[in-house]
Amino acid sequence: MILDEETRDLVQLVRDFVDKEVIPTVGEYEKNDEFPWPLLEKACQMGLNTLCTPVEYGGPGLTNVQTFAIAEEIARGDIGVGTTLIANCLASYPVLIAGTPEQQKLWFETINEKGFAAFCLTEPNAGSDAGSVQTTAVEDGDDFIINGTKSFISNGPIAGIYTVLASTKKAAGVMGLTAFIVERDREGVSIGKEEDKMGMRLSCTSEVIFDNVRIPKDHMLGKKNRGFKYIMETLDHSRAGVGAFGVGIAQRVVEEATKYAKQRRQFGQPVSNFQSVQNMLADMEIKIQCARQMYLHAATLMDEGKSFTMESAIAKTFGTDTGMECAVNGVQVMGGYGYMKDYVMEKLMRDAKILQIYEGTNQIQRGVIASGVIKKYR
Amino acid sequence: MNILVCAKQVPDTTVIKIDPVKHTLIRTGVPSILNTFDTYALETALRLREAEGGTITVISMGPEQAKAILRESLSVGADEVYLISDRAFGGSDTLATSLILSTAIELLEKKNGRKFDLVLCGKQAIDGDTGQVGPEIAQHLDRSIVTYAVQAQMQDGQLRVKRESDEGYDWFSAELPAVVTMNKTSYDMRWPSIKGRKQSRTAEIPVLTAQDVIVPEDRRGLKGSPTKVKKTYTPVHEKNGMKIEGLAAQDAAKKLVELMSAAKLI
Repeated sequence: MILDEETRDLVQLVRDFVDKEVIPTVGEYEKNDEFPWPLLEKACQMGLNTLCTPVEYGGPGLTNVQTFAIAEEIARGDIGVGTTLIANCLASYPVLIAGTPEQQKLWFETINEKGFAAFCLTEPNAGSDAGSVQTTAVEDGDDFIINGTKSFISNGPIAGIYTVLASTKKAAGVMGLTAFIVERDREGVSIGKEEDKMGMRLSCTSEVIFDNVRIPKDHMLGKKNRGFKYIMETLDHSRAGVGAFGVGIAQRVVEEATKYAKQRRQFGQPVSNFQSVQNMLADMEIKIQCARQMYLHAATLMDEGKSFTMESAIAKTFGTDTGMECAVNGVQVMGGYGYMKDYVMEKLMRDAKILQIYEGTNQIQRGVIASGVIKKYR
Repeated sequence: MNILVCAKQVPDTTVIKIDPVKHTLIRTGVPSILNTFDTYALETALRLREAEGGTITVISMGPEQAKAILRESLSVGADEVYLISDRAFGGSDTLATSLILSTAIELLEKKNGRKFDLVLCGKQAIDGDTGQVGPEIAQHLDRSIVTYAVQAQMQDGQLRVKRESDEGYDWFSAELPAVVTMNKTSYDMRWPSIKGRKQSRTAEIPVLTAQDVIVPEDRRGLKGSPTKVKKTYTPVHEKNGMKIEGLAAQDAAKKLVELMSAAKLI
């Protein structure tokens, strides 16, 4: 598909922002191990943290195509900044899918006020196997009391509000899980270990601990014991956006690699004259263009209200595999310089890896795709 | 606090070239932008509104395509914008322009039933560089003015303005309503929001014509403009400057004074 004029205009705005504000500054933040607050303040002022907020709560009212195309541009600048901003979308989907108007009001007003939200699914013993969540929510009069530890939570330390999946029916597996909204300032909510990551350094990832956290029953999303369904729908939706992140990284890689290959001279000429380098650049461009079309296709299906589970998984898998492959080859094109911290390429390679892992590993995605295939061809 | 910002669309002079033969600006392919000093005025207005509440109205005089800078103003958060556009206004110099703008301001004030507390302008446009329109507006409206401001804030019901001068900075207090022209501030204009950009693309931009903004015929357009341009020329850029490098600040200052004395400059 070709983006319409409005989308191209919004994408260009974000690209300008990324070129002028993100790319020139993130290297220094990363080097100093500093969280990029000044940059995020500017991004939030632009509303890049509220891309998925509905118009009635002050959001921009974007299509999925627009949201994901913008996500690609942010990822082109920095995947950590992108994750921090777009994790708000991930955390918001359960509220959009199953929340009442009152819950949505509470949720989006809190994001407007505090800036960030987080999605609390993963636990030390519940990764790909999301059904083995051990966090519990026990009814007590008009309340639920939540106990448990969530791990690897993007925006854990900075979120003002969380969506949380907890078990409400012991031994019922995925049919005993319920989704909740929990505010950060409730008694018993605390931040545990902050992770020291290989890449995505400008996103903060931590444990979020719920210790006898009392929440009113009106904080339960949708129906009791139906939480797993909402969370799976959420991930179906969000993972096409992760594919867009992969495309964003790959796009940055091909730009940087090409710029370098045209400048770097060996054997009396630019290395971009050599077929072996050209082939790598061409392979990058082939996959980038295809992967971009795939996430846009999944987003179009969403916008048209059609089923998108398999397409979203394909977009995620192909987009993020493309991100990783391009980054590895980007380092190769730059040779020794690609391996050095003086250039951005090594960072892109470290950053790209997370995308094949989070929001459902690419192995899990292939499982999703395969079950679609097996259903499709009887 | 209700603020009016005067804005102008100008060619981006950082990319502009001058025809070496005709001494005119080569305008083809040069992007049009919101005058840089007006961006400081608009950002200052946005900050004042954040602190004090109220509204921001942006006006611009120019052709149809100047709507672009008004859309940009909307996208960063202006509440209302008006384009003042009429063939009869074409060729206006600063005096005629300031009269037309003042008349438009009075028209909007009549419509709103109250005066704007503050009129903010850029100190000058980066194409004409005259710096006259702001002070002339203050004169037409008979309001107090502070020029070359780098900061403006409200304090105890009074406007406090930091003004840049050759010697340093002056702080002024001004009764409202007032006019302030902005120099380069320590902050840049914020980025448009995604929502603002989306909405501003299709926003209806109201146009005020000579039918609305009533100015006598002999005081508008080319006829109403006493300014006569005698000659334009390209300034010669001397490139034989020198840099004092590799010295500590004190030694560098001594060296500079020596060099300037030797050249009989001091």
